[in-house]
Amino acid sequence: MTARLRWRKFVSGLMLTLTGLCALITVGVLFCILAYLVVHGGSSVNWNFFTRLPAPVGEAGGGMANAIAGSAKLLALATLMGVPVGFLGGVYLAEFSGSKMAFVVRYAADLLNGVPSIVIGIFAYTLMVLPFKHFSTFAGSFALGLMMIPITLRSTEEFLRGVPRSLREGAMALGASKWRTIQSVVVPAAYRGIVTAILLAVARVAGETAPLLFTAFGNRFWSPGWGQPTASLPVVIFTYAVSPYEDWHRQAWAAGLVLLGLILAVNIVARVVLARGVRVPRS
Amino acid sequence: MATPSTTAPSAGPLAGSRSFLARIRTGDEIARLLTFLFAASVVLITVVLVFELWQQSSLAWHKFGFDFFVTRVWDPVTEEFGALPFIYGTVVTTAVALLLAVPLGLGAAIFLAELAPQKISDTLQFFIDLLAAVPSVIYGLLGIFIIVPIIRKVVEPALKESLGFLPFFQGPAYGLGFLTAGAVLAVMVIPYIVSVSREILLAVPREQREAALALGATRWESTWKVVVPFARSGIVGSIFLAMARALGETMAVTMVIGNAPVIKASLFSIGDSIASVIANQFTEATSDLYTHSLIALGLVLFILTFIINGLARLLIIATAQKGSGTGNA
Amino acid sequence: MHASTRPALSLNITTTGTGAASRETVSPSPLRMSISEVNFFYGAKQTLFHVSMGIAANRVTALIGPSGCGKSTLLRTLNRMHETVRGARLEGEILLDGQNILSQDVTSLRRRVGMVFQRPNPFPKSIFENVAYGARINGIKGPVAEVVEKSLRRAALWDEVKDHLHKSAYELSGGQQQRLCIARALAVDPEVLLLDEPCSALDPISTAKIEELLIELKDFCTIVTVTHNMQQAARVSDFTAFLLVGELIEFSPTPHLFTTPGDPRTEAYITGRFG
Repeated sequence: MTARLRWRKFVSGLMLTLTGLCALITVGVLFCILAYLVVHGGSSVNWNFFTRLPAPVGEAGGGMANAIAGSAKLLALATLMGVPVGFLGGVYLAEFSGSKMAFVVRYAADLLNGVPSIVIGIFAYTLMVLPFKHFSTFAGSFALGLMMIPITLRSTEEFLRGVPRSLREGAMALGASKWRTIQSVVVPAAYRGIVTAILLAVARVAGETAPLLFTAFGNRFWSPGWGQPTASLPVVIFTYAVSPYEDWHRQAWAAGLVLLGLILAVNIVARVVLARGVRVPRS
Repeated sequence: MATPSTTAPSAGPLAGSRSFLARIRTGDEIARLLTFLFAASVVLITVVLVFELWQQSSLAWHKFGFDFFVTRVWDPVTEEFGALPFIYGTVVTTAVALLLAVPLGLGAAIFLAELAPQKISDTLQFFIDLLAAVPSVIYGLLGIFIIVPIIRKVVEPALKESLGFLPFFQGPAYGLGFLTAGAVLAVMVIPYIVSVSREILLAVPREQREAALALGATRWESTWKVVVPFARSGIVGSIFLAMARALGETMAVTMVIGNAPVIKASLFSIGDSIASVIANQFTEATSDLYTHSLIALGLVLFILTFIINGLARLLIIATAQKGSGTGNA
Repeated sequence: MHASTRPALSLNITTTGTGAASRETVSPSPLRMSISEVNFFYGAKQTLFHVSMGIAANRVTALIGPSGCGKSTLLRTLNRMHETVRGARLEGEILLDGQNILSQDVTSLRRRVGMVFQRPNPFPKSIFENVAYGARINGIKGPVAEVVEKSLRRAALWDEVKDHLHKSAYELSGGQQQRLCIARALAVDPEVLLLDEPCSALDPISTAKIEELLIELKDFCTIVTVTHNMQQAARVSDFTAFLLVGELIEFSPTPHLFTTPGDPRTEAYITGRFG
């Protein structure tokens, strides 16, 4: 082997190692994040955390029950608002539309997807807060729901298109109308992928903070109904983290652990269990 | 009655020869209309969004006009608002983020697409997808309590000692500031570079790689001199996508950047970005002009990300077409 | 029952005298490569069975047979390209100039045994850079421009592209791109050139040009080509190997194989009874 060849092979091996290191570092970050959260917040995730309301400023022993409930409410309503729009829009694109309309709708969805979440927050503020002159859970859900639309729409379209034509033709040959076919054959065939995508969308907006800052705003107490400002996990993490109180820092770590844990759990379940045999969409 | 035509599901809706009433009775027409309305609402929402952003920032445009972009002052008391410090902060943090993220992300993507065995590649990609799912506020949390102290006590002094003659690495080391925000952004943005670039590299036609190997190239030579150049536009596209994400990142940045409308060459300095100033000051805005100015900043951010996302998409599509249209007889 | 030609140092098929009108006299040809008891597995499935044959130096050897018979698989073992596919496994011995290629360094092997693929696959670079690529990475002696010109001349492409060397390779026609790929392979000065159905994606005129080229290239290197076109094999090659379902059925000088095939299966294939 000539010296030159030896050098080239050495370079090849070196670059393999270096790029492998890049990949390992990247993946390592994930585990570092989890490790820090567990170390700093693990001990604070206790019964109080889940059941108590925040204590007065400076006092120890408070919890995040209202934030957890608030996040749950926000997500539930957001899903109710965003998923039907995305889903039915996706059905339209996959089953009924012509190419011009399809292009426009897809373009709008991609555009909406690319809007920074803080700008979505501003938009929700102008539509849902300004006219009513107060913050509300409804406004927060509106913002989060908006963010769920593009993901749901694109995924629905993709998975519906993926259903083989033979299935459709089989139903239609039996006399089923187009709508019947879609409802009873096509959607059921695609439902796994669509549910996966919806779960991933929920997981994504569950962690969003910026759009809630001036829509749902925050609340140190329970928030009855949908018309009042509400606490939410991400916003509380933010507020507590930037505050000067040690106790609040501790709680922020705990909340971070819980939030990330839930998000990762949903992601793993969606990607592994539900998506068996289904190509998972990129958010 | 004429039998329903079995047109392709996505073809135009009027291809069949059934009568209008027949379609209504079977629910097809209603279904089409209903789904059309929802699809159209997506378009409507986007239009209204742009409209509202424009409308609700109009006071600022009327008062300042194009000066808004070049004024350094941001003073809520005297009601003088200029976007320059925040544009500067956004640009600087994004630049730092990309400088750190691109080599690392590209290296990882090359490893995953070209050099690693499939199982390892898929497993690592799975974890990287999980990394992309970590919310901004969690990065911010780690940023404040873990990264900032490290940067203040270790990184900034080290940089000051070695490269302190450069204006970028001068001044007191707070730990908060452009450098930290850029570093945190880099970590947030790497998964996007890796995922998209990896897909693009995997899509390069096999024959290109084989041709290089058949000429006696090493794995690395085949990858770096043939496959990567082939995928060049797509990779640049992935970097643009990452840039767009970095521009819009709010929480992690606002928690570590220091929040002051400062323009300084030093990376150690505190500052502010467009997204982070909106997040911080929106609920404290005392006057309409104040609010409108913040929304004007939001409009600027929207336009920036719109352009960059558009460019990214074009570049990625260009590479995809190249992959499918080469070597034709 | 399969015919296995035991590898020898040379292929020595001669006829004495001038009586047999339909036979050619072939003087002993030294071997550039020899294949010995090669079994090939893709996962658990075996696709080549006890293949043994010799590749004569500076001659054209054609591998023919119906689809799926293993001719491309066999070709790709000669420069170890099968190793780019996971699950591929090779048993047996393959010698290049008497040394086993399986124990050599694969990168330097591939410089000596080059390959041209079925569909033209030029790099997204200029014509010049495509040909220069192999020369550059291997550090070939001499100025690059000379090497490029020499290779393009040998590939019978120089006159057509000499004024457009810096244009993109994709602007060439299919036949030109394939000749460019041949030039690119020649630029590293290989001892053996493997061509995997080089003309199957091309029009008849380009095909004819490349067939002429293969005969000329014999002077510079040893050629092994896979083809599904029997007439092409008959026109171009000195030796032909007929494979069926992974076995080497017959291997002899081309005129012999096509006029008086030894095995009934060979005869059935070349008379078109299957294929």
